[in-house]
Amino acid sequence: MAAIDRRPGIRPRASVGRRLDVIARIGFPVGMTILLMLLTQAPLDIPEQAALLPAVALCCVWFWSLFRPSNIPPLAVFLIGLCMDLLGYLPVGVGIFTLLAVQALALGVRRSLSRRGFFWIWGVFGGVAAAASLSIWLLTMLLTFHLLAPYPAIFIAALSIAIFPILAVPFAAAHRSVADPDQA
Amino acid sequence: MLRLSIQARQALARLTLPVLIVASFGIMLLGKADTLIAERARIALGDGLAPIYAALASPLERIHATITETVALWDMREENARLRDENEKLRRWQSIALALDAENQRLKASLHWIPDPDASFITARVVADAGGVYARAVLLSVGPNHGIRKGEIAVDERGLIGRITEVGSRTARVLLITDLNSRIPVMMETSRAHAILVGTNGPRPRLQYWPEGIVPQEGERIVTSAEANAFPANLPIGTVHYSASGAAEVEPAAMLQKLEVVRIFDYGLNGVTAPEPAPARPTPGRH
Repeated sequence: MAAIDRRPGIRPRASVGRRLDVIARIGFPVGMTILLMLLTQAPLDIPEQAALLPAVALCCVWFWSLFRPSNIPPLAVFLIGLCMDLLGYLPVGVGIFTLLAVQALALGVRRSLSRRGFFWIWGVFGGVAAAASLSIWLLTMLLTFHLLAPYPAIFIAALSIAIFPILAVPFAAAHRSVADPDQA
Repeated sequence: MLRLSIQARQALARLTLPVLIVASFGIMLLGKADTLIAERARIALGDGLAPIYAALASPLERIHATITETVALWDMREENARLRDENEKLRRWQSIALALDAENQRLKASLHWIPDPDASFITARVVADAGGVYARAVLLSVGPNHGIRKGEIAVDERGLIGRITEVGSRTARVLLITDLNSRIPVMMETSRAHAILVGTNGPRPRLQYWPEGIVPQEGERIVTSAEANAFPANLPIGTVHYSASGAAEVEPAAMLQKLEVVRIFDYGLNGVTAPEPAPARPTPGRH
């Protein structure tokens, strides 16, 4: 069902410009997620920069699955996960599974969580990020047949929790403005 | 377009997520069964992104340089004094080195030593980290028609950093000596004993399998060994350092944390990585 059929009423004619506008707004969550993920790979010269990629992906998928699930469908999360595996040199499938699981969790708690405040969302995300980095760690060990040190996993979880507010504040503003297809 | 009832459409929408989760397990198995697919996809992605990162590198470097220069201006006087001291010391060493080099040449000449072939090298810029969280590697931007092959040796201005493991059309990936999968035949410089340098993903790789009766000394220099024909002999790697738990580790001489420009040497070695049998070559050093 197209977004245009969902709400009856008077609206401007569907010109090419307006359609592009709607598409850009619908594509904002996925486009922004992939753009941010590519940026984390730029030569920024930050120590432990590699952990930024999974952290950014986790924050983005969690936020947009809670607030705009219709614009971040599971297939898009699948693609984001594939990007994370390829860019982050993880065994292929690890990121895909983890991000899909995060989305499934987000869709499950969406109704109860969206009524509560930001700190609840952040707190629950803390648990989700810990579980997700644990899943990445365990699956990577399983698929590479190597015992790996647990510190990177702990660091990813901590970094995700730390950067979530930094990403969530501009995302919340975008959610009400540029990412809202009804405002086109 | 296929017409479906609202219930059927809702059921389909609810099914996508579980189906994709199952598909992710399928992809994990596929990636395990055929590692080449993932490797090719990574190289293609790297080839596409490397020019963007290379373009980003120079303004980012300029910002970095400005910051470090401002910091450096503060303690310039002390830095100057330190450098003058160091220069003095190095000059003494230089005269010793020149004398030793001359002596070495003379001895080699009287032995009819066949000189090692000169290695050709290419210099390339490091554009991105290519290891992720659970590996240690860097991506080099190397322009088209570079002629780099797998197994070539990457060195920065201080010592060995690793070997080329994947080559794309404009990028190459270097597996660092600190990576979990890195195994390098090495030699301790004073005792001449062989050992294996094993990466741990930590900052200092571990020394293993040295012969009985020999103990690596703290501070002893570690160089590559030509065993297995994968490395040339005597490339500097680092110095022995014992960890708090008593394990012999090697402090790499190369600045692996901040690699900017590396040189890739082609010594014409294809001991371990070559897929085809190497053509017969005359053995050097025999008369």
